[in-house]
Amino acid sequence: MPTKIEKDALTGTNTTGHEWDGLKELNTPLPKWWLYVMYATIAFSAVWVILYPAFPFQGATGVTGWIAREAVVQDVAAANERMAPMMNRLRAATPQQIAADPELRAFAMAGGRIAFANNCAACHGAGGQGAVGGFPSLADDDWIWGGSYDAIHQTIAHGIRNEEDDEARTSMMPRFVADGVLTPAQVNDVASYVVSLAGDADPGQAAEAERGKPLYAENCASCHGDTGEGNRDVGAPRLNDRIWLHGADRHAIARFIANPRMGVMPAWAGRLDPATINMLTVYVHALGGGEN
Amino acid sequence: MKWFNHAKIETNLILMGVLTLITVSIGGLAQIVPLFTVATTIERVEGIRPYTPLELMGRNIYVREGCYTCHSQMVRPFRDELERYGHFSLAAESMYDHPFQWGSKRSGPDLARVGGRYSDDWQAAHLRSPRAVVPESIMPPYAFLDRPLAYADIAEHLKAQRAIGVPYTDAMIANARADLEAQARPEADPAAFQGRYARARQAAFDGDPAAVTEMDAVVAYLQMLGTLVQFRDVTPEQMRQQ
Repeated sequence: MPTKIEKDALTGTNTTGHEWDGLKELNTPLPKWWLYVMYATIAFSAVWVILYPAFPFQGATGVTGWIAREAVVQDVAAANERMAPMMNRLRAATPQQIAADPELRAFAMAGGRIAFANNCAACHGAGGQGAVGGFPSLADDDWIWGGSYDAIHQTIAHGIRNEEDDEARTSMMPRFVADGVLTPAQVNDVASYVVSLAGDADPGQAAEAERGKPLYAENCASCHGDTGEGNRDVGAPRLNDRIWLHGADRHAIARFIANPRMGVMPAWAGRLDPATINMLTVYVHALGGGEN
Repeated sequence: MKWFNHAKIETNLILMGVLTLITVSIGGLAQIVPLFTVATTIERVEGIRPYTPLELMGRNIYVREGCYTCHSQMVRPFRDELERYGHFSLAAESMYDHPFQWGSKRSGPDLARVGGRYSDDWQAAHLRSPRAVVPESIMPPYAFLDRPLAYADIAEHLKAQRAIGVPYTDAMIANARADLEAQARPEADPAAFQGRYARARQAAFDGDPAAVTEMDAVVAYLQMLGTLVQFRDVTPEQMRQQ
């Protein structure tokens, strides 16, 4: 029991009244502002429990009837209504029409930039620059499946070699060594010839490239073209330029021929609004390589 | 208030005991009572299934590597979240998570709906070297995941999950090892595996169909996140908590 509460001369604060071998302890009160803030939060929580859903029981809502899920649905609906005039126009127009109309185009470029950053940039890069390993650049004019508005729209909406969309673009390069079509030595020869197609022939590899030429004509030319010009109908990339999907050196090319990994892109038609896909089409077309 | 003060409480053992009990009970009830109402507060939606053995191992690696310290797995019900990630998360979507991976910190993006958003190749390339594909990324590399997956005890993992309420059947446990291998090998016969785990994808997730690696498991897990509920087929009434 506190036996002797006394006022401390120095601070003017009472002691607790306890004394241990002459030691006494000040009983400093909590600051008033702090105490009242705490009382206020207690009162606030009592009001909150009445107004908002706070109990984990079936159908338990506060007197306001507010539910997070319904609130966000209304929020989204209100935003969609606000954007509807422009989104409806973007949905109804073709990408060509959007690009031709300055107002729609400005909106599509702004909206496309955001949608690209959110959905496309992970693989194709923040500026559409792509990445080594099968993630194509969208900022150049070296298109694998075509760079017209229609082709870009088709690629975005349905994707490439995915399992979710029946209209996905698809093609398959043989696994030349894994499937036993060519020997590793022959693949090296073909790789040397392919490098020479791009104008990067190594004089030390001239004999290999010479041996690779007929093998190329026999195995590769039907898709990639006699001079490596590529074929967009089957997504066979152009080989007679210096743009490489999986690395530029002869060994990377040989590895790919031996056991290719075909690129996969998801279909976005089910995930994104048709207006968003149109905006993305216009945006990607404008990144640098759009064709008419 | 002379009759009820600290001096009185502190010197009366019974009074102190009773008041302590009341205080602890309030805190305890707030944590325990919700557990009794889980059955009525989790909505019932089509499509939710337990993790396949390979996905479960991937999830274990996800927890082991502490992915949750930077990635949340819950799309909260705000419009900006819905715009970025997709439909808000449902309680049912993490009902077989022990423990759940909702998280509260996002140094990286939310992963609740990352499944199918990128290709398997991208997921593997990104885990091996995040900056090779996303130059501005601050994620550490996980190239070491290209090592063989230790799954000799996979059936035990399923049994442990069943003990805490995940409805793995006897057939799932008996075939755990076969199912794990079947999912990582695209050429394996899908009939039995797909019969036990509806709409689970079979693929060479890490690009190599020959060996089952930790990379296979993690990519398989990431690629199924948020894909079980087909939101096109779910009505708002079904999603209301029942």
